[in-house]
Amino acid sequence: MALYSEKVMDHFTNPRNVGKIEDADGVGEVGNAKCGDIMKIYLKIKDGIIEDVKFNTFGCGSAIASSSMATELIKGKPLSEALTLTNKAVAEALDGLPAHKLHCSVLAEEAIRAAIKDYYDKNGIAYDKAQFPDPHDEEEHVFEED
Amino acid sequence: MKTIYVDNAATTAMSDTAIAAMTDYYKTVYGNPSSLHTVGQQAKEALDDCRVRIAKCLNCEPWDGKQLPEIFFTSGGSEADNQCIRSAALLGARKGKRHIISTAFEHHAVMHTLKKLEKEGFEVTYLDVHANGLVTADEVAAAIREDTALVTVMFANNEVGTIQPIEEIGAVCRKKGVVFHTDAVQAVGHIPVDVRAQNVDMLSLSAHKFHGPKGVGALYCKRGVPLLTFVEGGAQERGKRAGTENLAGIAGMAAALEEACANMEKNSAKLLKLREKLIDGLLKIEHSKLNGDRNMRLPANVNVCFEGIEGESLLLLLDAKGICASSGSACTSGSLDPSHVLLALGLPHEVAHGSLRLSLSEATTDEDVDYIIAEVPKVVEYLRNISPVWEELEKGIKPHLI
Repeated sequence: MALYSEKVMDHFTNPRNVGKIEDADGVGEVGNAKCGDIMKIYLKIKDGIIEDVKFNTFGCGSAIASSSMATELIKGKPLSEALTLTNKAVAEALDGLPAHKLHCSVLAEEAIRAAIKDYYDKNGIAYDKAQFPDPHDEEEHVFEED
Repeated sequence: MKTIYVDNAATTAMSDTAIAAMTDYYKTVYGNPSSLHTVGQQAKEALDDCRVRIAKCLNCEPWDGKQLPEIFFTSGGSEADNQCIRSAALLGARKGKRHIISTAFEHHAVMHTLKKLEKEGFEVTYLDVHANGLVTADEVAAAIREDTALVTVMFANNEVGTIQPIEEIGAVCRKKGVVFHTDAVQAVGHIPVDVRAQNVDMLSLSAHKFHGPKGVGALYCKRGVPLLTFVEGGAQERGKRAGTENLAGIAGMAAALEEACANMEKNSAKLLKLREKLIDGLLKIEHSKLNGDRNMRLPANVNVCFEGIEGESLLLLLDAKGICASSGSACTSGSLDPSHVLLALGLPHEVAHGSLRLSLSEATTDEDVDYIIAEVPKVVEYLRNISPVWEELEKGIKPHLI
């Protein structure tokens, strides 16, 4: 059996929404080059709807595929819906990720939240802080190995 | 699409000679070497014939069949490393010696054995391998203490291919009366190994790294250097390793090693040319770096880092182009840290994540190398274009590290 599902390979080799939005309304970057993954998400928002989304990712195949899938899942959706996107939904949409790659889908979820938070902050929109736990670079990356 | 297999440091394809040798044994010499009857004794003779042939390839002392041999068969390089190191350590401890010297970039079979020994009360000095991936005999000499039981330094590194000054290190150890083990899994069959001239006391080797079968290897233990047993059971291997011998595998190993040694000079000359061409071609990619000393390295090893990208995605895209390689990135190791070998060379984490190892074989052609040199830059460029790390480097937000 291959390491990745066909869907992961498809989104890795033909990633959707790759690129940057120069005049983005919200930008979120999470991860850490030291750990081998960085995701950057750009959002274009109009009337509370994600009109366009792009990403740049430094990372392994599943990191790139997770970014691609996550952007697909939120494109054209209201912010309120994008905020409910979970890493589980990203992984499921990719027909699953290997256990040691699940953190890639977590990063995708965090990157989207960070971009939405950036949009709220820039526009002075009030929000419930509890909705945006600080994604620390290091703490997500503690995996026990024997 | 043609498959270009350039991951020969991971494992090699079996040679026709080795397959033919094994087939013969499976078909005709099926006996148990421990059996007293004719069929068993034929197997015993065949086993010892293999032992003598492998010993000859390493220039061991002659063996009359009565005294303890110097070659013992194992399940592979890892078992050989475990047995040599643990044996020398435990025997040293009986004399109050609980200090071991090694390097910071050994294979996990050595490294994890040493870590376990540390938990058991041993003290290990890990010598710095410097930016070029080499230790010196002087550094080993300076680290040796009254209570040093063992020095274990790999012959050639599996990731960056650097070849250590084994003969000089062996001379230092002999002078100081310390047992010297070398993990020669990447060296045997590829570069000259002469246990007598190189002052080696113990050595590990693995058949599948030189076109032999997987699951079989051997350890060399110089006559007079004591060896403890860890696999208990029957009296096979003169009581040093129980279990009915994998005779066909051992025969395949002996045939593969003889063939590798007979063709070593010819193969090395060819591989060196390909290696140099490949290194020159890949280093044309901006912000790339060769890992490990350029000259003191295995003829078949190329290891390069590309800044701003991650190794696993590089490997997957190369695989899609038929190029089978490996990387020291975290994602390929199954952990979140990049390879300890690249970190030991002082590479920053973010650079070590973007490493590519290409290990050639005699089957690699000039056209293969041309194809790799043509395809790798495209993949690197593609990944850099979607990498936020590369963007920051190019915009000068962060300085280039290589």
